[in-house]
Amino acid sequence: MKRMAIVGNHALSYGALLSRVQVIAAYPITPQTQVVELLSEMCADGTLKAEFVKVESEHSAMAAVMGASASGARAFTATSSQGLALMHEVLHWVTGARLPVVMGNINRAFGPPWSIWTEQTDSLSQRDTGWMQIYAQDNQEVLDSVILAYKVSEQLLLPTMVVLDAFFLSHTSEPVEIPDQEKVDEFLPPYENKYILNPDAPHAFGGLTNPEWYMELRYKIHKAHEEALDLIEKEGREFEKMFGRYYGLVDPYKVDDAETVLVAVSTAASTARHAVDLLREKGKKVGLLRIRVFRPFPYAKIKEILSNARKVIVLDRNLSPGAGGIIASEVRGALANLRNHPPVLSYIMGLGGRDITTKHIMELFEEAEKMEEGKDIIWKGVKL
Amino acid sequence: MGKDEKKIVFKTVHDLPPMAMSLGTMWVNKTASWRNLKPIIDYEKCIDCMICWKYCPEPAIFLRDPDERVAVDYDYCKGCLICVEECPVDAIYTEEEGK
Repeated sequence: MKRMAIVGNHALSYGALLSRVQVIAAYPITPQTQVVELLSEMCADGTLKAEFVKVESEHSAMAAVMGASASGARAFTATSSQGLALMHEVLHWVTGARLPVVMGNINRAFGPPWSIWTEQTDSLSQRDTGWMQIYAQDNQEVLDSVILAYKVSEQLLLPTMVVLDAFFLSHTSEPVEIPDQEKVDEFLPPYENKYILNPDAPHAFGGLTNPEWYMELRYKIHKAHEEALDLIEKEGREFEKMFGRYYGLVDPYKVDDAETVLVAVSTAASTARHAVDLLREKGKKVGLLRIRVFRPFPYAKIKEILSNARKVIVLDRNLSPGAGGIIASEVRGALANLRNHPPVLSYIMGLGGRDITTKHIMELFEEAEKMEEGKDIIWKGVKL
Repeated sequence: MGKDEKKIVFKTVHDLPPMAMSLGTMWVNKTASWRNLKPIIDYEKCIDCMICWKYCPEPAIFLRDPDERVAVDYDYCKGCLICVEECPVDAIYTEEEGK
């Protein structure tokens, strides 16, 4: 095991290297470009024995890794914003074909107007594609999550998207432990899938399926997601035994006696953890619930943790225009079936990469103290 | 086994593979009803080079019984006529459907 200072993009590349991916197809887009730059160098100098497929678009990139995975190869790609949107059709195909592709997505706001800065709307608008989604808060988690993603994906035949913030992670160097290859090999066996293209046992794949059986196939995808809820935590514990770091569905912080709990994802959650510490020093009973896995959505965990809170704040660095914060909407949905659920304050902030600072998050807690009822949408920091 | 003998054998969701792999649904879903022009092979000219089979996007070209010559599966051929375009010896001609 060695320790290196690497950017989040390279943490994705190292995750793919250590997972011994066999096929990579990608198209460059800021802020993702460094991911495949490093992987192409690794392929060129023989560090990584993988086929690197150059393609003319993200749609083709996803199609190429889909084909690779369908032929029994472990496949990887990465993209951002418009590139992810261009992959949309094939994302559905990969899930329907039950192929355990793993990709990185570096959150970048959609254009127009052009923006290269972070915002979660790109990945969250792929919510219903059937991909599992993991939101990392630091570069170590980015690397580890790629390995964990293959481990879980290949058992369930579901694809996974490992998601990280543009620049705050993608271009920020942090010390990252690079696990030993032998230990990763021990944790992650080679990819095996009996439902693949095989000339010796030819099959028809994805043929027209009438209403009599389509619904059953969708049911199976959903059931696999439900299984993932347990498997992600089980493999998280196995990973912890070998590498000393645990990753679960959610990451609660000081929630046990918290009256107000803030829900956040990605690097905003790291900032929120600092704000919670500062407010705790002042005697405020506040806590943080970081959602790490957005799909499958951890309903049970979220209900269990938030049912004890008196107020819930959701920080959304994303927007579904006409509805509001996407994560707030999911959290309200999770709480709706509880008999007495806490009010939810839904904050939109940090769109297009605008800073979310410790001070901002402390303000959210202070504002929440004065509010007795929930609010469907509160715009934080908009110049009105 | 002839294609008409194929049956869908699944009873519940548990019998199904995780994805639509050889479900047999295509044996009941014939998908050629919207064909306008029908490609017809002139066996006097056809040299069985299989280029039509290679290009057919469906694929609706097969080797028929018992003489194993190239043939068009009219249950699935949608009449795109790529075979007509690609045939090196102009052995495939067309007829309008419904005439």
